[in-house]
Amino acid sequence: MAEGTTNGWPELLRDHRDAVLARWTEAVQSTLAGRMTASESSHDIQEVYDALLAGASGGDQRDVRATSFDGLRALLADLARARARQGFSPTETAVSVFALKDAVLGVLEAGGDAADYRAFADLSRVVDDLGLYMLETYAAARDTVIAEQAETLLELSTPVVKLWDGIVALPLVGTLDSARTQVVMEALLQALVDTGSEHAIIDITGVAAVDTQVAQHLLKTVQAARLLGAECIISGIRPQIAQTVVALGIEFGDIQTKANLSDAMLLAMRRSGLDVVSGRGRG
Amino acid sequence: MERVPILRIGDVLLVSIQIDLQDHIALQLQDDLSQRIVDTGAKGVLIDISALEIVDSFVGRMISTTAAVSRVLDAETVVVGMQPAVAITLVELGLTLQGVRTALDVDRGLALLAQRTGGAATLLAQDDDQPGD
Repeated sequence: MAEGTTNGWPELLRDHRDAVLARWTEAVQSTLAGRMTASESSHDIQEVYDALLAGASGGDQRDVRATSFDGLRALLADLARARARQGFSPTETAVSVFALKDAVLGVLEAGGDAADYRAFADLSRVVDDLGLYMLETYAAARDTVIAEQAETLLELSTPVVKLWDGIVALPLVGTLDSARTQVVMEALLQALVDTGSEHAIIDITGVAAVDTQVAQHLLKTVQAARLLGAECIISGIRPQIAQTVVALGIEFGDIQTKANLSDAMLLAMRRSGLDVVSGRGRG
Repeated sequence: MERVPILRIGDVLLVSIQIDLQDHIALQLQDDLSQRIVDTGAKGVLIDISALEIVDSFVGRMISTTAAVSRVLDAETVVVGMQPAVAITLVELGLTLQGVRTALDVDRGLALLAQRTGGAATLLAQDDDQPGD
């Protein structure tokens, strides 16, 4: 290689473009193993490579936070976000940047001099910074995904089901905290208004534990339903929970409680003037 | 000054709040309503708040007071059509409107009053007057 042109890592990358790109692509593809198509990843890598060169030619070659690297950083941020959503691990994400070092080193081993290695040391520092930046974005994107999932879970976990004309049920599963109670309360009240139901059954079979706070939340929901003109029945109270409730001195007042959902449903039907009769009697 | 209209349906008075219920309007309504109950001898009051999207502690208390006043005048109050958001607000404020009956809509509210007044609430005029004579 002509020594005159190798005075920095940008030149190094420019001179060995094809060889480095080939090795880099190969290294990245081996880690992503079939989870991304070859053409996709090699396209990404080429873009990053060109953006890196473009950034270096615009000013400071060492500070990846400089404005000349804006394009590159945006590109890496996009990649990191995409990887986070696709469920790649942090290592798999970062390796697509770090592999550049191995690729350059591989090319240099075939015939580089001291100046090339000095340039490589500089490049190595830049690549490390870029890799860290990519990981930061990756972590942030992961947090967003987790927050979104938590929200989805919150909504999924509060289905209001219609049992009969004028009777809706709300099977609660999991723990009841303030945020969840709010969602539950809104969902139930909206369902009462939408379906014009006068009876609601809150089934707490799936609620792990009832303490004073949970009881308070339940009472509030029942009171709000009463304000709309609907009556609530609380069902699915397990023996241990009944004991806890009494031990804690929780008063359910005049709110009807039932041991299981079918009893509650029968009560709700009676209250709305219906009765269940066995069909066999009629022959 | 804006006023909330009070409509008479049989022996039931229907108050449908369609405007932003400011404090002075609420007080005026309370005055008007007690006057009308006495004038008409109504046995029931339906307060439709389905158009009410925001409620504060004053309005919440005013509804309770109106119900209490009506009861003294021998008229049952039913609050109908409360929005879920309003119900949540009232509960959070600790106003559970003790002693006020509620129903999902005007239809059910009328049915409820009919039950209470022993049947034909809407046809009351003749039926009710006779035993009194």
